[in-house]
Parts: sequence; C-alpha cells; structure tokens
Amino acid sequence: MRYHQAVYDVPLLMEECDGAEQSDDLNVGDLLPDELVRSRLNLPDLPEREVVKHFINLSQMNFGVDNGLYPLGSCTMKYNPKVCDEIAWWETVAGLHPLQDAGTVQGALALMHELEQMLCEIGGVDAVTLQPAAGAHGEFTGMHIVRAHHESRGEDRREVILPDTAHGTNPASAAMVGYDVLDLPSRDGCVDIEALKATISEDTAAFMLTNPNTLGLFEKDVTEIARIIHESGALLYYDGANLNAIMGKTSPGAMDFDIVHFNLHKTFATPHGGGGPGAGPVGVKASLEEYLPVPRIVERDGVYSLDHDRPRSIGKVRAFYGNFGVLVRGHAYIRMLGGDGLERASEGAVLNSNYLKEKLKGIFDMPYGDLTKHEFVLSGNPLKQKGLRTTDFAKRLLDYGFHAPTVYFPLIVDEALMIEPTETETKETLDSFVEACREIMAEDPEILKGAPYNTARRRIDEAKAARDMILSWNAYEKKMADDGAGSR
Amino acid sequence: MERSKCSAQMIAELGISSIDSLFEDIPREVRIPGLKLPAGMSELDLIRETERDLSTNQPASRWLSFLGAGVYHHFIPAAVKTIISRSEFITSYTPYQSEISQGMLQAQFEYQSFMAELTGVDYMNSSVYDASTAIGEAVLMSHRIARGKKFLMSRSVSPERKEVAKLYARGADIEIVEVAYESETGQVDLLDLESKMCSDVTGFYFETPNFLGPLETGCKEIRDVLGEKTMVVGVNPLALALVKPPGETGADIVVGDAQVFGVPMSYGGPSIGIFGCKADHVRKMPGRLIGMTKDAEGRRSFCMTLQTREQHIRRSKATSNICTNEALLAVAVAAHLAVLGRAGLRRTALRNLENMRSLSKRIDAVDGFDAPVFDAPHFNEFAVRSSVPAEDVRKSLLDKRIHGGVSLERWFPELKGCALYATTEMHSQVDHDRLLAALEGVR
Repeated sequence: MRYHQAVYDVPLLMEECDGAEQSDDLNVGDLLPDELVRSRLNLPDLPEREVVKHFINLSQMNFGVDNGLYPLGSCTMKYNPKVCDEIAWWETVAGLHPLQDAGTVQGALALMHELEQMLCEIGGVDAVTLQPAAGAHGEFTGMHIVRAHHESRGEDRREVILPDTAHGTNPASAAMVGYDVLDLPSRDGCVDIEALKATISEDTAAFMLTNPNTLGLFEKDVTEIARIIHESGALLYYDGANLNAIMGKTSPGAMDFDIVHFNLHKTFATPHGGGGPGAGPVGVKASLEEYLPVPRIVERDGVYSLDHDRPRSIGKVRAFYGNFGVLVRGHAYIRMLGGDGLERASEGAVLNSNYLKEKLKGIFDMPYGDLTKHEFVLSGNPLKQKGLRTTDFAKRLLDYGFHAPTVYFPLIVDEALMIEPTETETKETLDSFVEACREIMAEDPEILKGAPYNTARRRIDEAKAARDMILSWNAYEKKMADDGAGSR
Repeated sequence: MERSKCSAQMIAELGISSIDSLFEDIPREVRIPGLKLPAGMSELDLIRETERDLSTNQPASRWLSFLGAGVYHHFIPAAVKTIISRSEFITSYTPYQSEISQGMLQAQFEYQSFMAELTGVDYMNSSVYDASTAIGEAVLMSHRIARGKKFLMSRSVSPERKEVAKLYARGADIEIVEVAYESETGQVDLLDLESKMCSDVTGFYFETPNFLGPLETGCKEIRDVLGEKTMVVGVNPLALALVKPPGETGADIVVGDAQVFGVPMSYGGPSIGIFGCKADHVRKMPGRLIGMTKDAEGRRSFCMTLQTREQHIRRSKATSNICTNEALLAVAVAAHLAVLGRAGLRRTALRNLENMRSLSKRIDAVDGFDAPVFDAPHFNEFAVRSSVPAEDVRKSLLDKRIHGGVSLERWFPELKGCALYATTEMHSQVDHDRLLAALEGVR
C-alpha cells in the first residue's frame, strides 16, 4: 500500500499578510517613559480564518502516531488514549496557579501524591519527585542526587561510567553536573563485567544503565553489576527510557538500582507533542529521599501540603512542581490500565517486538541477541552492498506510510536500525511493515537513493540549512536582500 | 483482529508456548509478582472519579485571582486549542525525519520568528523547559563564551528561578553572586554591579520587568558597566509588544517564559522557556534549532540544524543535555500570536498596562495600603505594602474567594508587609471593584 501525504505550499505567516511595516495609534506615552517605548514591531496581522487554515494545512504535513506505525526505537511511540488529553484541558487542571493556597488545590496535590505512590510501586523505589520536565532533566536531577550523596560523606568522586550503548542524554547529563564521563565498551551487546571491574575505582560516583539496554537485550548480570557498583561505594542509576519492556515483571528497585527516572511521555502514553512537553519523574531508595528537590508533597490526616523545609535537598530543578498538565495524563493512563493492564502492556510490547524481529531477521543482519525485549537493533549492512545506506531505506519507508525507525543508534551497530513497535500495534500492521521492508529491499537501488517521493517534501538538504543559517523570518528577509544586492 | 487472537497467532508463529518464554532472560532473583496497583477502569469511570477528585480545586475561573510571580492568567482564543489539539502535531515525535514532519518544523520556525522579532535577538531556539531552566542554561552558556568562576545575578529576579539557576551553576562550579537593587526604584543598583565586576565574572542576569514589578530603565548603563561580559536579560514577552526589546540594548542572551501566549497555567507546568542569543554565540547555544533549506526539487523546506551541538551527536561534549523540549507549546505560542495579530497583541499588552496603572492607584488610595512600592515604570505586576501583615491580607481575601497577591517576605525579608499583585486583561472593572471592597474590609 502506498501512502501520500498532503502537500501544500504554506507561505510563512509574514508572507501571508503583505509584509509591509504596520503602525497603529495606540498611545502608551502616558504609561511608559519615552526611552522604554518600542519603535517598531513587525508581526503579521491576519484574520482568524487564515491563521486556522495555515496551521491546519501544516498539521496535515506532519506524521504522528495517529497516522500510523511510528517504530522509533527507545522512544516508545505508543497510542495515546484521548481521554487523557481531555482531562488536561479541564479548568480544574489548566486553570490552577502554582502559588494558590494549598487549601484550594487539594485535588491537584492528592493526584500528584497518588501518582508518586503508583510510580514507587512500578519502579520498586521508596520515594518519587514529579518535578523534572523530561527524561534528560530527570537524569540531571538524579546526577545531582548522586553528587549530594557523595558530598555528604565527604567524598569527591569525579567519574560517571556508562556503557557505549547509552542514550546520548546520559553522558550529557552527567557532564552537566560536573562529572567526567567514562565510556565502557560492551561485550556481546551487554555490560562487560571484567571491563567494568577494571574501570571502577574510588573515583566512580555512579554507573548509568538502562535495562533492557538500547539493543533491547536484558542485562542478565544486573545483580552482579549492582554488587560491584555498590561495593565500590558508587550508586546505580536507571535510565527509564526502556521501562515499557518490564512493568510488573521486574523493577529497577528489584534490580537494586538506587535512582531511576521515568518518561511519562514514553511508558505512560502521554503524547510527545512533536518533541515535548514530557515529564521525567525521579524515584530513589529511602536513603536518598532527603536529597529530592523541594518542595515535597506531604500528607497529614488527609490534608496535603507542600514542604519546602528540606535542608539536605539538592534544591530546585525547575520552577514550581513539574509539568502538571502532563502528570495528569500519565496518572489517568495508569488508573485506566491498572496494575494488570500495565503488565499486559509490557507483554504486548515484548511480543510485538519479538514477532517483528523474527520476521525481519532474514532481510537484515541482526548482530546482537536472539531474545530481545521491547526493541531490537538491525544492521543495514546488506544495503551497503547495493551502494545504499540505512538513511536511504529509512526515507523509502516514509513512502509506504511508516515512520522510520531510529537510525545510526546505538553507535556500536554499523548502519543501525533500532525498531520499537510498542504494544498498541496490531499483527496486521506489523505484517504490512514487514511486507514493505521486503518490497523496498527488492527495489532498484536508484529508487531508494531518491526517496522519499510521497511525503510533503522530497529529500531535504540539511547541509544547506547549516550553511545558510536561516532560523527566522527576519534572517530570511535579510538573506533575500543580501542575495538581491549580490546579483545586481 | 481481536487482540487476544492476534497474540495467540504471534505466539504460535514464534514457536513458543506462552508469552512467559519471552521473559525467560530476566533472572529469578529480580522478578516481581506483578504490580500492587488498583485494577483498571473504564473511560467513563475514570472521568467520574477524576472529576470528583479534582473538584476540590479552585481554578481562576471560579475564584478571582491576582497571582502572578512568573505564571499568568491570560485569555486563550479557542482557535489555539483547536490548532494544538491536531493529532498530527500532538502525537508526533521530534522531527528527525524532516520530509514527513514539515508541519511541525514550519510551525516551530514560525515560533522562532515571532520570538526573535519580539525580543530583538538574531537567533531563537525552538524552546527549553521553562524560564528557570533557560536561566540555568544561560549561566552555563556564559561560561562557554568566557571562562570564569562567577556569575552575577540581580537580587530582584524570581527567587524560584534563581534557585534553579544555582543548581545549574553548581554543576560547572560557578558561584552565583547577588547584585543589589535600589530600594527606591527596585531597579538594578549600578554601583553595586560595578563593585562586583572582576575578571572572574562571566556575565550578569537581570529581568525587565523584574520579579518585584519594575521595568528596567538602565539597560544601556548596565551594558556599559558589563563591557565584554555576557549580558543575559529575562523578559515577559507580552510586555515586549510595547516595550523596547533587549536585543536593541545589547543583550547577548535573552530568556523568559512564553506561557503568557496561549499556554494554560496548569499549576505551573508545562510552560515554555524562551532562549535566544546574538549571532556570534549561536554555536554555543543549547537546544534545538529549526532552519530553512530546500528539498531535492528546490522547494522551500525546514529541518533541524546545527545538531552537532546536541547530546545525540556530541554526547558528553554537547552544549546541553536537553532532548525533549516544549515543541507543542511552541506551536501554541505561534498560533496564539498569529490569532491575536500585531494589533491584537499590542491592544492586549496595553490593557495589561492600563489595568496595572488603574489598580495600583486604587489600592494606593485605600487606607493602610501603599502601591506600587517601587517608583519605576511597571507592566502588569506590582508590589503592595500594607500596614497589617501581608499574610493577614492574604487570608482575609481567601475568605472572600479571592486569591490575593503573593507575599514577598518569604523571599525578601526587607520587604515587610509587601505582596505582589498581577492584573491582566482577564480582569474587568468589576473584578477590581471586588478586590478593592475586600481590601477596604481588611483592618
């Protein structure tokens, strides 16, 4: 089946009005001193009808989970139940100010408190903060907790170790908190215990790991890893990006991780919004609770309040209490599925993934593992023999109405294709994806090189974007003027 | 096909006996016996229960509210919700595959265009989490522009945001040094700023309007004192519809919160952090940038650019760890500004300014109240001093179903009896009358 995305030439908003410099007769002279008054402001003025047409046509040139399979590895692009979005717009959610008297937001505090408790159960941890705005922000929070923990013991540990398969945010977050990052080479796709023993030292502050890892493999030696880490006095950090594989089967706490972040916009079905907003709650073992960001939500005799008096807290990771509008969606999802439902979700994710992997194994190289969890990584090496790259295949998939998998990650797999179908896709969808892959591999390589054809745009020149640096309407106008002057 | 049938068929094709075989690789010692959570429920029951649970909240639509302090109650045209509820936008991921994501990319380009024009900077990224983390990122970026171990910050900036910035600074072992405000005007104390300048300082952050309400009239003088150091300015972008933008007075980095444009308050999150800078610094910037380019047929196209600054490529050497940002809210901001239009935006801002002027005058006329506390131009927020403790005023207003101003003493011991009141286009004359009557009753 071929796919055709809508194609519009939607002008920029500034082009839709005539672009002429406007003026108005607003008199601010009495209200502001002259030196503060703005002299020019170049923004569009359009009828609402034109604005709505503009954005609706743009939306049709965008592909989301609601359009079809979105098998981006490590991103858990599952279907988002619509009721969760609706709740986020209720006045009792959207209309609350963060500095309202606690007596007027008891419902909000109770909901957040309940979500903390539910995440404690799912993560096997003792306390959770909902404040981090995203997964990477959760890592940042977790690494500050690591730092506070060691500093409280008078230890100055400078290094964070992570496997070479780690998500890019892991090393970036550790570095932002001031740590030197050591990459640990993998062995057969998993943590190399001997290499870990050789790398760990009294300078090691933490080891960051996701389990299952980014190859979709479950780190079977996780107990041994935890023992080694803890014996050295370091902490074990769980990147929750891949939590969708294990709910109800095991938990970061059961695996003896000390700190864990959750991605509500992955595992708990809050929509990703083209890049955000998300939410990245962080859970910890009891001994680390005192370091969690302020304020903490506390309950006494059924009354909820915010406690700012936590002297050993790392402080604040963002203003106020977290992305409440996202938290209510995650809360609704967990309530609707319940404990059994979450376990079924993980089972479905792993079943779909293994089924798809089995079907695709013959088409691509599969360098790591027979049994994978929610995702798996193929190598596009067979494409190379035809003078093609993984990118060419990924772009061609778009023509078939499938979003491409994550490509070129993890870095240890040549021409990597990282595929995560999630539990919300049917067997029919997975079969049609396999069929598309088969067809594409049989196509003339020249077709792939020119792909995509059926999307709103053909292959896009990314190098030109970096060269031209046109990042706004103003920059575009200036470039037009400069080019015009040059050609004259 | 029905789900269970689907599963059974896949299990059969995999040649396994049951789904459990797929979890064999999880060692016994780390297994758990399921999750101890309540059973699931239907959509209808979920709505019923959640409605009941949330009914104890008193939103701004039910109680009159004068709360601001970084999050503001503004009108959101219905069209904004229509636009950002489009499932093609809301259910998409970061636009890594640009050819199939042109809608989101162009919408974010429009956001960058609006914010660059409003703030007067050359480049705007496509969002960070909120204003507080934007300031934290700005502190780190100043450190990339010029090495040094100190960063100056005005005492009059939001205390919440300052706490966040301090945490970001701690990671790079940067000390945040406070610069006093003038007690008369609430504006940056230039002499104190001058006295704290030294070679170890990388930059200075101040806000206009600042947390206490005053707009800064000394931006040029601050620029002169700073010399080559990085000047970071925090803004309320709505005020910039009328007020000269920081880009015109030499700001190197501009930060702020765009929640005021089409994003509900939602108990403080999600909101959307503005982050922009001068062209010279663009390669040191955090966050995603959307650029204009062409496709293979020469048609105008958009894609993410300068990705080599980012974590998925540069890893521990990236300019920031940020991955998930606030993309959908950037679309909301662009849609909101487009629906308002230039004229509507300026009228809205003027309404805020007029409301502030009128409300502060009226409060000032009430016995025992003094407003605004600071002798400076303001936008839509101002400090009020009362002869009775601010906490008593707040409680008295709560009894009348009014969320009064935020008490300032908690953060600023020197501002005894002071509270911060915000008034926006949401307040009518009748609303102001109600507050005034309530304040008259506080003795």
